[in-house]
Amino acid sequence: MSEWLERHIPKIVMAPSFVAIMIFVYGFIGWTAWVSLTRSRLLPKYEVEGFFQYGRLFAAPRWDTAMNNLFIFGTLFILISMVLGLLIAILLDQKIRTEGVLRTVYLYPMALSMIVTGTAWKWILNPGLGIESVVQGWGFENFEFDWLVNPDYAIYTVVIAGVWQASGFVMALFLAGLRSVDQEIIKAAQVDGIPTRRIYSAIIIPSMAPIFLSAFIVLSHLAIKSFDLVIALTGGGPGYATDLPATYMYAMAFSRGDIGQAASSAMIMMLVVFTIVVPYLYSELRAKND
Amino acid sequence: MNKKSAFAAAAAMSFLATNVAYADPQAEVLHWWTSGGEARSVAVLQEEFASRGGTWTDMPVAGGGGDAAMTALRARVLSGNAPTAVQLKGPAIQEWYEEGVLADISSVAEAQGWADVLPASIANHMMCEGTWCAAPVNVHRIDWIWANAGILSANGIEMPTTWAEFNAAAEQLQAAGITPLAHGGQAWQDATVFEAVALGIGGPEFFQKAFVELDEEALTSDTMVAIFDQMRIMRGFVDENFSGRDWNLATAMVMNGEAAFQIMGDWAKGEFLAAGLVPGEDFLCMSTPGEGFLYNVDSFAMFDVDGQDNIDGQTLLAELIVGENFQHTFNLNKGSIPARTDIALDDFDSCAHTSAADMAASTESGSLLPSYAHGMALRGAQSGAITDVVTAHFNSDMSSADAVSQLVAAVANSQ
Repeated sequence: MSEWLERHIPKIVMAPSFVAIMIFVYGFIGWTAWVSLTRSRLLPKYEVEGFFQYGRLFAAPRWDTAMNNLFIFGTLFILISMVLGLLIAILLDQKIRTEGVLRTVYLYPMALSMIVTGTAWKWILNPGLGIESVVQGWGFENFEFDWLVNPDYAIYTVVIAGVWQASGFVMALFLAGLRSVDQEIIKAAQVDGIPTRRIYSAIIIPSMAPIFLSAFIVLSHLAIKSFDLVIALTGGGPGYATDLPATYMYAMAFSRGDIGQAASSAMIMMLVVFTIVVPYLYSELRAKND
Repeated sequence: MNKKSAFAAAAAMSFLATNVAYADPQAEVLHWWTSGGEARSVAVLQEEFASRGGTWTDMPVAGGGGDAAMTALRARVLSGNAPTAVQLKGPAIQEWYEEGVLADISSVAEAQGWADVLPASIANHMMCEGTWCAAPVNVHRIDWIWANAGILSANGIEMPTTWAEFNAAAEQLQAAGITPLAHGGQAWQDATVFEAVALGIGGPEFFQKAFVELDEEALTSDTMVAIFDQMRIMRGFVDENFSGRDWNLATAMVMNGEAAFQIMGDWAKGEFLAAGLVPGEDFLCMSTPGEGFLYNVDSFAMFDVDGQDNIDGQTLLAELIVGENFQHTFNLNKGSIPARTDIALDDFDSCAHTSAADMAASTESGSLLPSYAHGMALRGAQSGAITDVVTAHFNSDMSSADAVSQLVAAVANSQ
């Protein structure tokens, strides 16, 4: 009995969470896929009608805007956060005296919720309250910084707030990576008289490839599911200029009673996530099997 | 034996419990009137219900302008346990009726003679295929223009009666360094201004065709282009900081003299009155230029419930909602006017009198129309599609012709 238990206890312990994940994650993905093929409006209906919800989705200019915004926001958010995070990490890595304090300063934005970040930046970027009015108050009457209320630039304010929030976290990831590089190799390189810049670009950064990958995965899923930041910062506006797929889905499902349309947009969002995550999982699994 | 007697006792208890409940009308009411004035208004109904021996189970769900409440309602209906009454309005009532979950309250409606005291077009919203299924609470008028009386008299401007007059007045104010139009750049506020402009320029018949019947000829007409042209002009009259501003902050701009006009439903009046301002002296209210009356009627839809106690509760609730006492007190608190036309309005302010008189007149002339921007004219998907185009046009440099072609495409795509 005890031997049987010993052999099976891991399976027994894992079973409830396995069942829960099968139902609440994969089961509901399947349900959403089904509903996305129906004419569901207010309540879900289950007569499959084919792919016409996807046709409606791709015909909607608002969805186009949302996907474009996701592309702009995702690319810039991931790129700038990584570059900035790496830069701060390298600067902090120079064995400076107040590293502990500085590290905390840069990491703290991550402790805030996106709602707080969004609201704070909404005030900072508001032309009548924030940076623009302050600089104009200093006497630079022609200074203009109205991105938040300009439909062509509003999406970049979301990038600014997002980068501010996430780059400290990326810095922490990179700092841990920098510290884990074998110090012997670095010393050997220093003995050989190789300049510090070269040590970073040729030795340290290449050896941190897995960290780049983790940072990329974390940031890209933050970008795709980004919802609260947009709601707090711009509310999707001006107009729907800063809509993201997640806010589009919310509007369709909960404000407009158009569940089929919301389900089809959710499926497209999931496909976007899969195109990023699946290659990652694939490479991870293959590395383990080798 | 022990078990058996315990079972018998439990059965007896539950029998007793249902017996007690039979004597006692029950109602569970789902609503999102949770802010100060609104909550006070609901409390009036709650007290009246209790004084008639009923037990009221309050189910307030705040947030998202009713989105959160609708999500809760969906969950309740899907689990087969709908509340007795739910705050619903416009075509959403018929949409839920088509899901087969609404009750028939025709008996109480006929006993109370609702058909005689409600304007016909409002009564229509309360009917599901010929039977009564909802009870109206109030009438908000949407096409109001509010103004700061001091600014207007200082600049020698009268309240505009045509859109050309409005534009002229706005240009004069702009030259004097005053923001002509206080506006908040949120999609629903853009839509509110848009429908007031559409009613003014197109007239009631056009409005009915375009925004109730979604007639393609009306949607593509030159009138629609002219309406978008006027929206482009209006865009020039708002301050540069308007994006995302809440409506009550825009109202505050009119109160403080930072802006002259605001186009907003009569809930804006509540803000003026709360600040101690007097209609006709400190601020002015008038219908927006043009003929017609756009209404937004809040109502309670009655859901199918089991058990005589719940049905009794539903009947009592319906009777009280349309009852004279509640219609009077509630609307006095909320700034709207009663849906019943036979209520004495002596305690109401001059704006409410205008509203009631215009409602009676427009009922006669057939220009009493449902607001599209506030979900009275169209279902969510359709009105949302129109609002998307309106707000995209207002917040960009899209041409009116492009806006019209996008409008037609969006409406077709939303069916």
